Amino acid sequence: MSNTLLQLGPSEIKIKKHWCKACGICIALCPKDVLEADDKGKAVAVAPEKCTRCGMCEMHCPDFAISVEVER
Amino acid sequence: MFAQIEEYFRLEKMPHIWCPGCGHGIVLGAMARAIKQLGYDQDKTVVVSGIGCSARASGYLDFNTLHTTHGRALAFATGIKLADPELNIFVVMGDGDCTAIGGNHFIHAARRNIDLNAVVFNNNIYGMTGGQYSPTTPQNKRATTAPYRTIERNFDLAELAKSAGATFVGRGTAYHAKMLTDLIVNGAKNKGFSVVEAISQCPTSYGRRNKMGDPVDMIKWQKEQAVNIKAAGNMTQEQLGDKFLIGVLHQDEAPEYTETYQEIIDRAQGTVKK
Repeated sequence: MSNTLLQLGPSEIKIKKHWCKACGICIALCPKDVLEADDKGKAVAVAPEKCTRCGMCEMHCPDFAISVEVER
Repeated sequence: MFAQIEEYFRLEKMPHIWCPGCGHGIVLGAMARAIKQLGYDQDKTVVVSGIGCSARASGYLDFNTLHTTHGRALAFATGIKLADPELNIFVVMGDGDCTAIGGNHFIHAARRNIDLNAVVFNNNIYGMTGGQYSPTTPQNKRATTAPYRTIERNFDLAELAKSAGATFVGRGTAYHAKMLTDLIVNGAKNKGFSVVEAISQCPTSYGRRNKMGDPVDMIKWQKEQAVNIKAAGNMTQEQLGDKFLIGVLHQDEAPEYTETYQEIIDRAQGTVKK
């Protein structure tokens, strides 16, 4: 299986709502505005197609609540 | 992907108790990724912590873990390392735990150059007990024990480690999480006492009192205030101002304690002539 970026499928952004504490860090650090806050301030992936899999959200989530999964 | 480090966590303990926006979770993630990169056997890895917010880390990780007494994480870790030098030991401490209550253990572990990997979660405050100032709270900041601002000069943790004899000293921040992982990996590879200072944000007890804004503002502050040591050479004292350096701040070579100790054992048992 090749792992070059172009041959990868779209990324799936998994958010564990019950772990998310609505700090907003992932939303602020996403360079592509993929994430937005819901009515409780928790992250929602509104534009997953814009995700470049940079991993900023996942690496900076203090609660391990967000994970960028790559479909193959 | 979280799945890559999931095996290192005690998932039944999650979500953790750290406040919304606390940097400790980010530092913990950087540490877990570092251990993944190092490829250490889970059963040959030990995480020892002291007391405080940071010390909760050992409870969330699925290695051999010890949650010890305040300031004494390094003392326990020293015992473990001497009993079995084959183990990979990470010692998680907070700034107060490491430099106040455990200040003596810290300088002497550094002086001995014992092969331990200290990761100091520095959020400049005693968060768990309600926001008392610590030895790393900068001068002129507010804390519950300094309502009219602190008058003491703060410790530079990295300088302290270096002068006491640590053979690897690095500093990263929660914002520079990738670099933090690399620093912990390099610190672990160093045969001797390694210190990685992780600048973390405490929005509840420190940021709020010092008007540093929300967790997002605090993490952006780290981005703006940190200067990579490689870039600092081209900057003037004026440009550096009150910014702080990140990266590998010090590296040195010195005899490692458990190796020297083994030589004594060999001599005493007569397996090696004096």
